[in-house]
Amino acid sequence: MAKFAATAQDAVAGIQDGATVLIGGFGNAGQPMELIDALMDCGATDLTVVNNNAGQADAGLALLIKERRVKKIICSFPRQSDSWHFDTAYRAGEIELELVPQGNLAERIRAAGAGIGGFFTPTGYGTMLAEGKETRMIDGKGYVLESPIYGDVALIKALTSDKKGNLVYRKTARNFGPIMAAAAKKSIVQVSGIVETGQLDPEVIVTPGIYVDTVVEIAPQAAEGEAH
Amino acid sequence: MSEKLSREDLARLVAQDIQPGSFVNLGIGQPTSVSNYLTAEQDITLHTENGMLGMGPEAHGDEIDQDLINAGKVPVTEVPGASYFHHADSFAMMRGGHLDVCVLGAFQVSATGDLANWHTGAPDAIPAVGGAMDLATGAKDVYVMMSLFAKDGTPKLVPECSYPLTGVGCVTRVYTNDAVFLLTPEGVRVRETFGTTLEELQSKMDIKLLPPTE
Repeated sequence: MAKFAATAQDAVAGIQDGATVLIGGFGNAGQPMELIDALMDCGATDLTVVNNNAGQADAGLALLIKERRVKKIICSFPRQSDSWHFDTAYRAGEIELELVPQGNLAERIRAAGAGIGGFFTPTGYGTMLAEGKETRMIDGKGYVLESPIYGDVALIKALTSDKKGNLVYRKTARNFGPIMAAAAKKSIVQVSGIVETGQLDPEVIVTPGIYVDTVVEIAPQAAEGEAH
Repeated sequence: MSEKLSREDLARLVAQDIQPGSFVNLGIGQPTSVSNYLTAEQDITLHTENGMLGMGPEAHGDEIDQDLINAGKVPVTEVPGASYFHHADSFAMMRGGHLDVCVLGAFQVSATGDLANWHTGAPDAIPAVGGAMDLATGAKDVYVMMSLFAKDGTPKLVPECSYPLTGVGCVTRVYTNDAVFLLTPEGVRVRETFGTTLEELQSKMDIKLLPPTE
């Protein structure tokens, strides 16, 4: 049953050193910036972070990396024009990188939430990202065995929650939210608004509340554009 | 044709070759320019792998919405009939063979359709793969747009890729400023040339080129 936290700090309290943290967002769309800032403030370190990227500019995940709180990152696209904090940490040998093709990253997270112990995927077959992995020919096509990625915690951003923790998202900010919510032991969600139970149409709920542990309302900043 | 195709004409040619009603993913870079030449009559639905079908043109001014971006993280718009889905569904859509065409750039393509477009192999480079390997794997047709020759004059359509692979045997066509190549079970067939001839191309390339079929 979803609980409601008063602040982002309360929501992330209890994240331990060494935790695997799944962080939603693709670029800045869907990135739970306030939850990441709260994670920064709570002091947890030695983290393994799972995100599509490795931080942008001087905010959010990039700052966690800058402060060397992330020992390992599992992502598909670390190198960007503004990934300078990751680049510095990586070149100094101060962060471990597990590079995963984007669809395999998503499917590995999905598999964790769905109780799948592993799966054969054609993506990456015959490439250096499949080196050392079990492969199999199935109906004449090559596949690579990939394993699930479980999280101790997921930090995600949605548009609206009801009092049951049912979530709807907004446009391409949905990205990793639904699968990360399912793949973590504890999923923490920041939303722009909370409505009474029954006010979300059951037909449009994307993440059922069963996957949601903690919800915190963070009013969207004016610069983020319209909330609805 | 008497001269090499410009980048714009190449994008126009790729756009013309996409069958009406297709679901299409255009990769980052040169392939994105294909969207400028798709016509309303073609009724093409564009996919962006961060989770959307029915992507419209780049957003400008008041249209910009940070929650609506494409795979290159550029703000875009939605067209009527658009839909959103999460990342695992988006890549399942690709891997599951539901997209008709994917257009990608490349460092190299081999005669058997191997693609190299994600990593130069330089030892000091920070690797980043994104959706490149997924895009290469799932679409029914993978078209590559690239220059046929590197700056040093070496061909980029080669017997075997020397750069790290993105996918094995996945490319079906290669569009270049000099010619269009069809990668078929019989070999590499030249569909048409621009400002050159099959014989001239053959003299500069290390793979056997088959003539156009009538």
